[in-house]
Amino acid sequence: MSVPSETEPTSRGISRRLVEIVTALSLIGLAAIVLYDSHGRGAGWDGGPQNGFFPARVGWIFLAASLFILWQASRREDGVFVTYVQLGQVARVLGPLVLFVALIAPLGIYVASAIFIVAFMAVVNTSRWWSIALTAVLVPIICFWVFELQFRVPLPKGPLEAALGY
Amino acid sequence: MDDFSSLLAGFQVALSWHNVGFMAIGVVLGIIVGVLPGLGGPNGVAILLPLTFGMDPTSAIILLSSIYWGALFGGAITSILFNIPGEAWSVATTFDGYPMAVQGRAAEALTAAFTASFIGALSGVVLITFVAPLVASFALRFGPAEFFAVFLLTFCSFVGMGRDNRSKIIASLCIGFLLAAVGLDSISGDLRMTFGSAELMRGFDFLIVVIGLFGVGEILLTVEEGLVFKGKHARIDLKVVLKTWAGLPRYWLTLVRSAVVGMWLGVTPGGAIAASFMGYGLAKRFSRKPASFGKGNIEGVLAPETAAHAAGTSALLPMLSLGIPGSATAAVLLGGLLVWGLQPGPMLFVEQKEFVWGLIASMYLGNLAGLIIVLATVPLFAAVMRIPFSFVAPVILIVCAIGAYTISNSIFDIWLMLVFGVIGYVFKKLDYPLAPLVLALVLGDRAEDAFRQALLGSGGSLGVFWANGLVTTLVVLALLLLLWGPLGDALAALRGRRGSEAEDETKPVGVIE
Repeated sequence: MSVPSETEPTSRGISRRLVEIVTALSLIGLAAIVLYDSHGRGAGWDGGPQNGFFPARVGWIFLAASLFILWQASRREDGVFVTYVQLGQVARVLGPLVLFVALIAPLGIYVASAIFIVAFMAVVNTSRWWSIALTAVLVPIICFWVFELQFRVPLPKGPLEAALGY
Repeated sequence: MDDFSSLLAGFQVALSWHNVGFMAIGVVLGIIVGVLPGLGGPNGVAILLPLTFGMDPTSAIILLSSIYWGALFGGAITSILFNIPGEAWSVATTFDGYPMAVQGRAAEALTAAFTASFIGALSGVVLITFVAPLVASFALRFGPAEFFAVFLLTFCSFVGMGRDNRSKIIASLCIGFLLAAVGLDSISGDLRMTFGSAELMRGFDFLIVVIGLFGVGEILLTVEEGLVFKGKHARIDLKVVLKTWAGLPRYWLTLVRSAVVGMWLGVTPGGAIAASFMGYGLAKRFSRKPASFGKGNIEGVLAPETAAHAAGTSALLPMLSLGIPGSATAAVLLGGLLVWGLQPGPMLFVEQKEFVWGLIASMYLGNLAGLIIVLATVPLFAAVMRIPFSFVAPVILIVCAIGAYTISNSIFDIWLMLVFGVIGYVFKKLDYPLAPLVLALVLGDRAEDAFRQALLGSGGSLGVFWANGLVTTLVVLALLLLLWGPLGDALAALRGRRGSEAEDETKPVGVIE
């Protein structure tokens, strides 16, 4: 990861120190939840260690480590966590991916994969339309053949597969 | 020589036709996994694990461990030809490997890397063959307190020997432990930290976490830097191979040194990454012309590869004999053993002789097969890197989703995978190490059980952890390892007076960013 000068427009981005601090704060929050839950159920000794005994002790260590990370983060020199250009690249992958996962339940994994491939290849670069279409059709079919027919692993299926009799 | 005859029997198991077939398939898959960015050893094994649930355990572990060997080999291809380390442990290989490729000595560099890998792996397997049974029979005497002490040793050595920021290693370990604690508590039968959610009752399956952190997270990290790879061409012919091999005996000292370093770091869970850097550093320090390192010195390829593979292989020793994996991939394999109903640990050597020795024999054969396959197919795998990433990335992500779903047929798990993917991306960028998290997640429940049983036995007194010589030694060793790093830092700070910069020095040297 390069940390170029701040004046260049392509190298501006989210502050690393900010992300460090936000992450440390979320870890502290997580530790607090764990401690609340474990002590709520009992983290002491009741004829033997209660079921919150071990998580509570780990939780305290976790809290200490997170606080220390927060302290370190507030003292470190700032840099760029991710530039806006890079973030754009990541968003172009993450967007279609979220769409894909959201579509699995209603449409089944095979149709969702086809849509995902189309969305991804269209968003990411300038492939010719027929290579996108070919990939979008072939990859789900190969997956179907491998998982459904060869390994007999049932994957989530939707209306299309039902219409085809699977 | 009881073990020797067991090993021979193991070779008979491993040499059956279908097991040799699985070995070849595994190695090829592993090389693909190692070459492709976004897929790595732990992730590749995790995705395929659910498909092997129906197989005979011996064949299944042969298939999966062969993927591991293949991934170890594959990492070297991308480092040398593309200057992109496919795996973190091949970062050190790029230092001299890529300059060699630029000078037109790619074939020589690849041959050296593969052969060094083979030598490293072989020394690791020999170590396993002779030492693992001894460790296992010794460990038969362990009670819960001793086992907890061994777990403690594992985690402490991660903290003490790690190259990352120590508080982040500790945080990673804790997250792993806490994720492992979610769901049904095996001793009391109560639900923990589910907050009324039915989905969380099953707890977090480590395979989902691995696929998310290592698979999805790695893809997100890769796309950041654009989607084009530029590489050098390579074609290996027999003449170059033989010529390179003829030159190798000159470097025997480097090879031996790296193998020893690798075996040591593999058994103590410092892991292959640290080993490869240490092997490189030692070779440079003891070299007669250290200035030529980084400019295409063949020793700079041999040393890190030997060390990384010796470590990667030795990481299976504690997994088999104690049930404590030395690396993230070993942790995934251990999870596989549990799924197949095999309890890893000392009893495995007594109860599942055929399985253990079949596996060990397959390590010899798998690495030999790997060396031959990888030498023969380099051009093919270099071509894999030329497939446009806009095609490879969605396919990898779809395979990850399928892998996550098949573990327990739940769409919720695919969402979890996505969440852990984003977490993995952020953690990687912030230098939170991921291997400790996975290890703690896999071992969490068993470490907790050992801890609670030990305390139950002693009526709650912590004295049980120094009740006898054995357990005291282990605990003292663990604490020494834990304090090793901070003490070293403190000494260095006192001597150098570099003040507040000291904590930033612990950043890893160059894990893929």
